[in-house]
Amino acid sequence: MSAIRFDGVSHRFDDGLVVDDVTLELTERRIGIVGANGSGKSTLARMVNGLVTPTTGTVTVDGLDVARHGREVRRRVGFVFTNADTQIVMPTVREDVAFTLRRHRLDAPTAAARVEAVLERFGLVELADRPAHRLSGGQKQLLALAAVLVGEPAIVVADEPTTLLDARNARRIAEHFATLDEQLIVVSHHLELLESFDRVIVMEAGRIVADAEPEAALDAYRALIG
Amino acid sequence: MIGVFHPGSSVVHRAPALAKLGLLAVAVTATALVGSLPALGIVAAATIGLFALARIPVRVAWRQVSPILWVLVFAVPVQWIFAGWEAAATMGARLVLAVALAAVYTLTTTVSATLDAMQVLLRPFARWIDPDRVGLALALAIRCVPLLADLVREVLEARKARGAEGSLTALAVPVIVRTLRTADHLGEALMARGVDD
Repeated sequence: MSAIRFDGVSHRFDDGLVVDDVTLELTERRIGIVGANGSGKSTLARMVNGLVTPTTGTVTVDGLDVARHGREVRRRVGFVFTNADTQIVMPTVREDVAFTLRRHRLDAPTAAARVEAVLERFGLVELADRPAHRLSGGQKQLLALAAVLVGEPAIVVADEPTTLLDARNARRIAEHFATLDEQLIVVSHHLELLESFDRVIVMEAGRIVADAEPEAALDAYRALIG
Repeated sequence: MIGVFHPGSSVVHRAPALAKLGLLAVAVTATALVGSLPALGIVAAATIGLFALARIPVRVAWRQVSPILWVLVFAVPVQWIFAGWEAAATMGARLVLAVALAAVYTLTTTVSATLDAMQVLLRPFARWIDPDRVGLALALAIRCVPLLADLVREVLEARKARGAEGSLTALAVPVIVRTLRTADHLGEALMARGVDD
């Protein structure tokens, strides 16, 4: 597993501290982050691949400082957003998956083989030449995940990936998460999704208020939100 | 270009996008220059041949060509009145053929292939413009059409639900705010996918 370290990390937006002096080491395979809206959990997750850089402190992935080595870090860390619609860039499913590999400078047959393999894995072969914007919400989120995994990242970070999905599609995404070999960090309000994880972190007002195995951490979160 | 590509493995599909773009430019220019109806008939036969060669179903081809007929419903009678039936027929045939030839291209060529072709075309100008960046901008422009169409539809529905159907403010403000927010999210997603790294 990769080693992700937060060392005295704070992040300030205009209206105050969103992440407040967090020190943390993440080495487990599946890690969940929960917290109320505005607790800083999404900002914390975004720091792992440099979408947000700390105002103070450092975040490193396998020893690489995300603020100084963003390019290398983003090759290791894939990011799945809440709204897959804004993650889709190309018009068709196959083209969008292939778009990720443009920066990898692979030869065409190798790139095509990787795209086909990931389409197969996510059951998107039938939809490969369909317009991506006409997919259902669940299919779009699968496409977003496929487009991340085709780049073979060591770490996948997902920010509330099931929030916009119905129960069945949320379950499908959870099932795919369960099969991932990559290190996985999921920010979610769906607590049942995190029950089988190795570690769950609870955030409140930018600080970590609980950090334990799922049962204890989720109990702490339930107590926190009443 | 949005969702128009019709998958296939015909020789037309497999032809390089750059060659198809070049041939399209030549064919449309020639169609514009050809003045006689018999010559346009030959171009029409060749165009139908291309559709057949690409194995494009008639209904798919019709969907691409039929919108121009609405223009012709108005334009042809006007041309007929002022320039005679032959000029009207020539103008109508030229327009239909130009759209049909363009449809052969868009139905058999993916956006990625078009962007790659554009990048090759722009390579001589790489000192002044970044072909990759222009290609990405074109891809995003194409992608944003359905994204913004959905956004406007949602805002129109919300406006209706609030009983403010006639209010321009209730349309413009949320559309602008959400468009800017969507642009932010799209930028963040591009960054996460390593664009510009």
